[in-house]
Amino acid sequence: MSNFILQLLTWIHALAASTIGHALLMVVPVLVVFPMLFAVTTLLERKGLGRMQNRYGPNRAGPWGLLQPMADGIKALTKEDVVPAAADRWVHFCAPVLMVLSAFLVYAVVPVSRTWVVAPLRAGVLYFFAAGSLMEIAVFMAGWSSRSQYSLLGAMRALAQMISYEIPLVLSAVVAVMAAGSLSMVEIVRRQAGYTGVWPHWFVLTPWGLVGFALFLIAATAESNRSPFDLPEGESEIIAGYYIEYSGFKFAMFFLAEYLGMFAISAMGITLFLGGWSAPFAFLTWIPSWIWFFAKLLALIAGFIWIRGTLPRLRMDQLMRFAWEFLLPMTLCNLFVAGAWKFLPPGVLRWLGCALVLLAAYWLLGRRLEQRGGLARRTYRFAE
Amino acid sequence: MSFSFFVAAGFTVAGALAAMVLRNLIHCVLALVVGFAGLAAVYLQLGAQFVGLAQIFVYAGAVAILAAFVILLTQGVEHSTRPAAAMDWAVGALLACGVFAVLAWAVVRGVARLPIPAQPSDAGVHAIGDAMLHRFVLPLEVAGLLLTVALIGAVLLAMRDGEAGA
Amino acid sequence: MNPLTGYLLLAALLFSIGLAGVLTRRSAILMLVGMELMLNAANLNLIAFWRYGPNPARMTGVLFALFSIGVAAAEAAVGLGILVAVARRVRTTDVDQMNAMRG
Repeated sequence: MSNFILQLLTWIHALAASTIGHALLMVVPVLVVFPMLFAVTTLLERKGLGRMQNRYGPNRAGPWGLLQPMADGIKALTKEDVVPAAADRWVHFCAPVLMVLSAFLVYAVVPVSRTWVVAPLRAGVLYFFAAGSLMEIAVFMAGWSSRSQYSLLGAMRALAQMISYEIPLVLSAVVAVMAAGSLSMVEIVRRQAGYTGVWPHWFVLTPWGLVGFALFLIAATAESNRSPFDLPEGESEIIAGYYIEYSGFKFAMFFLAEYLGMFAISAMGITLFLGGWSAPFAFLTWIPSWIWFFAKLLALIAGFIWIRGTLPRLRMDQLMRFAWEFLLPMTLCNLFVAGAWKFLPPGVLRWLGCALVLLAAYWLLGRRLEQRGGLARRTYRFAE
Repeated sequence: MSFSFFVAAGFTVAGALAAMVLRNLIHCVLALVVGFAGLAAVYLQLGAQFVGLAQIFVYAGAVAILAAFVILLTQGVEHSTRPAAAMDWAVGALLACGVFAVLAWAVVRGVARLPIPAQPSDAGVHAIGDAMLHRFVLPLEVAGLLLTVALIGAVLLAMRDGEAGA
Repeated sequence: MNPLTGYLLLAALLFSIGLAGVLTRRSAILMLVGMELMLNAANLNLIAFWRYGPNPARMTGVLFALFSIGVAAAEAAVGLGILVAVARRVRTTDVDQMNAMRG
């Protein structure tokens, strides 16, 4: 038995030494681990949401409903693949493929552990957002090719939302890029991997980092079409949005791409602000780096699920106003503070000063949004 | 000339051709995305990583989506039944062929006189940022101003009459 | 063969395709798209000349291409904005039918 394990290990070692083998060992885990995580997350999400809504969640397939993802997968695979008669067949087929492709492409630059990153590009952050923007094309293709008003409306909503929130998303990421002095995600993590005493050098522990992380998370929620920003698929309004005309496995592909997008953007947040794979305290560095990465990822996913169970959906005008009148000026202000941080002498005073400026900006912008932002109760002329 | 260049160039030309030939405008825009992505691959192949990614980000992500939005805004989702090209399409195509012939002749003749280049360095992000904020800081500011003006201008233009005061 | 030739020929081809589109298509949107293709051809030339030029360390070609991408984005935004405004008046994006100065 031990002989066999030894042989296996030497074989893996030899594989890793060759170029193609190295590439395989980098890529295959990404293609396996994240879809597995997707399966686990769907179950956790349904169970968690169930508990938040005073019900059990799925509990029929297997012990405690643990086999639910398998059952869902089998259902999706065996369901009839319905394509609307009027649909543009080619575009209708290509949309889910492009969606999943772009979702996987993004993972190429994510540093999962100390040694595990598929392509350590020097312009990694830019690559991440460029590959993510292909998703917008896929959304448009899906919505347009279905020849359905619901689809098209959903796609238009999704696009308007994704484009509007891409700006605060990128601008809040720029803060970390500026502090690290590099667009490479590996380098950004390495800059946060040091410790002062037991405390890490994570960017989230600075005032601009904390605000940047919060802004990034809000924009990321909108970018991945999650509640409370899930207007593109608002069930009570347009049923399922741009993928309403998809069934069976194609629908599952959209579902997969959506969750992969959420994981990817969480991974980006972790890389930019939460120190990537680095341990939270100096005395915990003996735990393997990839465990820290996945622990942080699962924590963020739990946060997303919690938000989904807590907050009601926004209205379209509130959504747009929030992006352009609150998030955008706030990210610009944060950018300014992060720039000033680099030139001020380090110390408690710098911390307090920067935090004060950001708090003032938050207070002013928030008050403005409350007064003019359409957050007041609206009386509907025809609905009473 | 490597294999990867021919693949990328093939995608670029096929996408561009389809964008100019197809009948359905949305198909044209989607083909255009393929063309832009191919061109981005050519940039990557040339060692200009930053420009290639910016190309995808700006053209495939923004310009193509914008064009698709405008198509939907201006003519709805219906298929256009009008003929795709004007009557003088042959003249236009002939003219374009002529232009290509002249350009190709000039390229082949001109490049033959150039010395075979030395192996160059590739574009690091640092070098680009350095150049942008030192030697090219004035063009950078002007471009920023232009983009701001264009943003405001586009919003004002596309706004409905009477909406301006709202 | 000098590797520059391939890139320049590709750029020339792209430019010609864009030109043919601008000359033959009736839709104003596609004419704009053709113009974008021609701009892209120019960008490809800039990058190719930077890569195989005498002084790649100075980054002039790359910077020029980046500015050109930015300006092209602005051009597309304004051009398409004008198109929306015009189409609202004359109810078409066909350039043959946009023949009146007063809408």
